[in-house]
Order: sequence, then structure tokens, then C-alpha cells
Amino acid sequence: MTSPARGKAYGAGGAPYARPSRTFAPRRTRSAPFFFLVPATVLFLLFFALPIGYAVWLSFRKVRVSGLGLGAGARTEVWAGLENYTDALFDGELLDGALRVLGYGCIVVPVMLGLALVFALMLDSERVRLAPFTRLAIFLPYAVPGVIAALLWGFLYLPDVSPFHFVLDRFGLPQPDLLDGGPLFLALSNIAVWGGTGFNMIVIYTALRAVPAEVYEAAKLDGATPLQIALRIKIPMVAPSLVLTFFFSVIATLQVFNEPTTLKPLTNSVSTTWSPLMKVYQDAFGNGDIHSAAAQATLIALATLVLSFGFLRAANRRNKQEAAR
Amino acid sequence: MRYTKHRRLVSSAMAVTLGATTLAACGSSDDGGARSGPVSLTYWTWAPGMDKVVDLWNEGPGKKEQIKVTVKKQASGDTLVTKILTAHKAGKAPDLVQAEYQALPTLVSNDALADISQDVGDAQDEFADGVWQQTTLGTDAVYAVPQDIGPMMFYYREDLFKKYGLTVPTTWDEFADTARELKKKSPETDLTTFSANDSGLFAGLAQQAGARWWSTSGDRWKVGISDGATRKVAEFWGGLVEEGAIDNQPMYTPAWNKALNTGRQIAWVSAVWAPGTLSTAAPDTEGKWAMAPLPQWSEGENRTGSWGGSSTGVTTDSGHKEAAAKFAVWLNTDGDALNALAKESGIYPASTSAQLSGAFTTPPEYFSNQPDFYEKAAEIAQTTAPSAWGPNVNVAYTAFKDAFGAAAKKKSGFVAAVEAVQRDTVADLEKQGFEVAP
Repeated sequence: MTSPARGKAYGAGGAPYARPSRTFAPRRTRSAPFFFLVPATVLFLLFFALPIGYAVWLSFRKVRVSGLGLGAGARTEVWAGLENYTDALFDGELLDGALRVLGYGCIVVPVMLGLALVFALMLDSERVRLAPFTRLAIFLPYAVPGVIAALLWGFLYLPDVSPFHFVLDRFGLPQPDLLDGGPLFLALSNIAVWGGTGFNMIVIYTALRAVPAEVYEAAKLDGATPLQIALRIKIPMVAPSLVLTFFFSVIATLQVFNEPTTLKPLTNSVSTTWSPLMKVYQDAFGNGDIHSAAAQATLIALATLVLSFGFLRAANRRNKQEAAR
Repeated sequence: MRYTKHRRLVSSAMAVTLGATTLAACGSSDDGGARSGPVSLTYWTWAPGMDKVVDLWNEGPGKKEQIKVTVKKQASGDTLVTKILTAHKAGKAPDLVQAEYQALPTLVSNDALADISQDVGDAQDEFADGVWQQTTLGTDAVYAVPQDIGPMMFYYREDLFKKYGLTVPTTWDEFADTARELKKKSPETDLTTFSANDSGLFAGLAQQAGARWWSTSGDRWKVGISDGATRKVAEFWGGLVEEGAIDNQPMYTPAWNKALNTGRQIAWVSAVWAPGTLSTAAPDTEGKWAMAPLPQWSEGENRTGSWGGSSTGVTTDSGHKEAAAKFAVWLNTDGDALNALAKESGIYPASTSAQLSGAFTTPPEYFSNQPDFYEKAAEIAQTTAPSAWGPNVNVAYTAFKDAFGAAAKKKSGFVAAVEAVQRDTVADLEKQGFEVAP
């Protein structure tokens, strides 16, 4: 963000017209950037840093009750140190939830990104028909709000009201209960894949369109088949968008909340603390314990940060190595 | 030139800030209790149509007394409790709140509800002792005025009971036999389901069996969730689920609606408000249901539990507690108000005199086949067992959902689930610093 005046002053070095302003200009240029930064900084501090700081502060405190806890002054907020954190880590529920989400993520992320990549490559091939319509059709589920999508699929899963079960029943085929045990993970993943594939496809597809046509032409002249072009040229060329979509998907998976929360009333298999975020919600709004909830939220934020930045660094290092080769 | 511009900017920024401070100052003017001139109150409630009932007040007695009430519609249940507590933390809770009975100890222990015993007059005479006691928490204080109650009853499909040759069970043993007999005659059909999603239903059943989940001894709380009475109830329902005599899927799902509507479930242990739920869940079966008292644990006994019900409380943040209490008493004891509440909000009044007058002289439309519906209901309401709520009902309810959800899924371990709920509830109390009696 270099201002034109500054560019002139430095770029044109000893140009005579820059001289008269020399005594005055530096002072102006030094304070101006800060002045322009003020709105962003104030907003950042007020609506980002302050709430986060407050949440962290809350996570180190707890409520003490004296006596029966009835009437005025029975509750006081006291310093808790790391108690909320040790409780969260050793309680088991949060970690169990994290494991469940890990299992869920192992299904969602590869399937969703795999499908998104395949769809993007297919749409980008030359022989595709009705491309705009297909693109929209695959993208459309992304426009359906998560809660609505989960409700919709919940109705389709419930044995007694599901049209699939009706059809299976008619043909005398076995009807699996998708809201129980292992299939529950598939059922939940399916909702996320259905909703998220379109968005990731668009990201990858846009990257594919940006590849210059000459590259393909050169490949064709060298005798490459469409499959070879896809595998050897297109996929390496869109690797950065794959990294990006993977990054987004991992964060979205860690934050899974809508789908299991919406399916919870329909089945005995989803507990109130199925995913870590559900545990945070339950503690804060069900049990009224904002201090534990704050500690768990901080832990989840830290885990997300470590995971996502760890992954980004690993991806960058590989890129650099490849570039060096 | 440049400096003047800068100065102008600073001064206008200052003006904006100052303006904001004065505005904020305007907003927080309170006259602690002493009344002078017209009073305006806000009321957080989830009852549908409450604004129309409040209009009656604003145009009638409220106008005379110069007390104007404004309704702010809220979500029901635990989220409202959290919202009230959060608002209270900021000192901005509304003057009046609707609160379920089991939430009162939580609200009181957070010092969110005011003691209005000086302002309610002889309102106590309007209510059954068991109901009133829930608003005093066993102390001399009064923290709310009862609004509606949910005495539990047994609902069944009259036509299908006849078809399958079943008789209406009067004891729980008969209930179990009825479930087994039905399974034999029609394996596809269930008498009912055990729903792990509805902690309130199980709490009501335990209450009928004589459980007291929370009680106090001196300065200590005692948690009795794993006592004999609750174990007995859990064993009973767990046994039926284990042997497959009843279903194990939650209530209030599309599948449950369909089962009720198509006659695959032919009975429902519920409360006085069931007609409203049935009319939306099973619209095709209108006029085919009948209501009877809840089955009993031993012959000749006559007791029921409650599922649901709420009260009107005045918050400690209110600047006009006396006026707010006056409105709360009017809303829940005045004949016109209760009639309007019944009509607009569909509630079943806690006030005993209202249970047989006005809107309750004719049966609900869905039960037109049972002309004495409300007479029976009033009789049953008289037999409600005392309830005992504590300061962390929400925690116990969550623990119930998870422990019994797992047990219902496995079709075993119901007694272990009761113990898990007890453990979680005690652990939470101790963590908060309550003294818990062993």
C-alpha cells in the first residue's frame, strides 16, 4: 500500500520537485497509515480480541456456592486456575467426542474432496454436455442451510417414514437402520458430503479454468490422452486449491454441530455431547456452566489452530521442495 | 487548515461518544421499587397468544393501576433459563418471566427471582398445596405464582383396545400384561414406547412412585435419584423394553407421529395437555382416543405425577416488583385472564377454581367423545404427588437423556443408567460447591 506521494519521494530520489516537501512529508506519511488502520484495529479489538480474551478469562474462573445456594449472595465467582482445563481433558466426554469426529472426518473429507475433484475434472473435459446445468445442480445443495439439510435427510433415514425403506420393503430386501451404530457415521457423513461437494467442486473447477489452454495443446501434440492430461497436468496444476479445500474441510469437520444436533431427537444413538462443539453448547446453554464451556472452547480453538497451521506448513514445505527440484 | 480539519474530526468524534454515553445513561434509569406515575413492565414468556391475554390487562385493571405490560415472546425450556441468567448477570433481566417449576431452584440459586411473599396476598388459597409448595421451595419465601400444571394421565385408543380385546390397566402390572398381550395378538403393534428424550416424563413417573430426587437436610442437599422408587420405575420400563413388549424409540419424531396416526402405537402415558399434541401428531384418529387415570403401583392407590407446568416469576432486577407481582397474581387467578389463557394459549390452569369453569366445561375438541374429560382431569389433578426439584435439574435431565438413550438402544442397563444420572448430578453439585449429604 504505497501512496503515490511516497513513491515519488523515494523513487524519484533527488528530483528537485520532491525537495520542498521533504521537511513536512515524512511526518505525514508516518502517521497516515496508522490513522487509516484505526477503524480496522478498533473493530478487531472490540469484536474479536476482546470477546476471545473474555472467554479465556472466563475459562480460568468458576462459581462457588455456599450453603443451600438459595437467595442473594449464595454464588460467587472465584479463580479456578487450570481446573476447568484438567476437567475437560480428563472427563473423557470431550475426547470421546473428538474421536467420534475423527471417525466422521475420515469419511467426510476424502469422499467429499474426491467427488469434488472428479466432478470438476468431468465438467472441465471437452465432451461434457449441459455443463452449466450440471454445475448448478451439483452446487445447489450447498445453498441449502445445514439444519434444513439435516432435517431433510433425517426424514429420509427414519425407517418408518423413509421412502427408501418403503421401496426396500416392497422388494423384500433388508432395511438397514441408518441412525444406529456404525451406519450412523455414514448417515452423518452423507449429509456433509451432499452439502459440501458442490462448493469444493466450484473452487477446484475455477482453478482448472485458469490453466492456460496452451498447456493442454502442447500435451495433446505430444500425444497425451485425456486421462493422462487429467492425471499428469490438471491435478498437479490445481494442487493449491486442493490444499485450500482440504484446509476448509478439516476446519468444518472439527466444528460439526448442525447435523448431529438436528438428528439427535430422532434417535437414541446421538448423545447430547456427540461432538466437542455439542458438549460446549450443552455446558453453556443446557447446564449453565459457562466457565467449563469457555475452557473447552479454548481447547477446541487451540486444536484447530495447531491442526490447520500444521497442515499448511507441511503443505508449504512440500511445495518448496518440489519447486527446488 | 489541516489542523482545523483534524480538530473538527476529533471534536465530532467526542460529540458522538458523549452522545452515546448520555443515551446509555437514559436507558438505565431505575427507581428502585417506589412507584410514582405510570409503570411499564416487560414479560418474557413462550405461551402462544399471551399478548392477547396481556391486552386484557392493559385495557382493564392495568389501565386503572397505570401498569402497562409488554410481552416479549421467547423460546421455551432450558434456553430461556440460560437467557434469563445471562440477562440477570448484566442486571437487565425483564420484570416478569415464565419459568417451569423445575427451573425455579436454579433461578433462585442464581438470585434471579425475587421473593414476592409480601405482594401476593391470599393467592395461595387458589392453588393445591402440592402446586404452591413448588414456588416456595419449602421456605417462607414465594418466588413465583403458579400458572399451569401437567398432571399425568393414561391415553389409549378406545377402538383398538376393543378390537384387540384389551382392558384399560389400573396398575402397572396390568399395564405390563396389556403390553405383552398386545404383542402376542399383533406383533407389529406396540402399546407405547419408552422415550429417552423426555426426562420430564420419567421424572413424573418417578414422582408418582414416591421418589424425591432433591431434598434438603440442614444446609445440605440430598440427591435421591437412585433411591428405591426411581429404581423400581426404571426396572419396570427397562424390563418391558428388554423383552420387546414396547418400543424403544424416542417420542416427538416423525416416526412416532406416524405410529400414533396409523395405530401402530395405541397408548400414550402423557399429561393433561396431550389433546393438543395428539391433534397435530395423529390428526386422523380424532375421537378415537380416551383418557383414564395413570396406572398405579399398588391396587387402591390413587396418585399421579406431573409432566410440565410453569409459573410466573418476578425478577430481582425489576424496578417495580410490587406492580409486577400484582400482574402475576391477576394473570393466574383472575377468571377472565385464565379463560383467555385457556383459549389463546391452550394451558391447563393451576388455579383449582378455574379447572372446572369457563373453557373447561366442555371437553377438548379432539376428545369430544369423552364429555367428562375436564371433570376427570380435575379429579386426577387433586391426586398429584408432591414434587421435589433441586438447583441442577438441567444437569440431571441431560444425564438422563444420554444414559437412558444408551440403555434404550442396548435394551439393557436401565438401573445402571439411574445410577449414572445420580452420579453425574451429585458430581455437578459438588463441583459447584454445594454441600451434598451422602
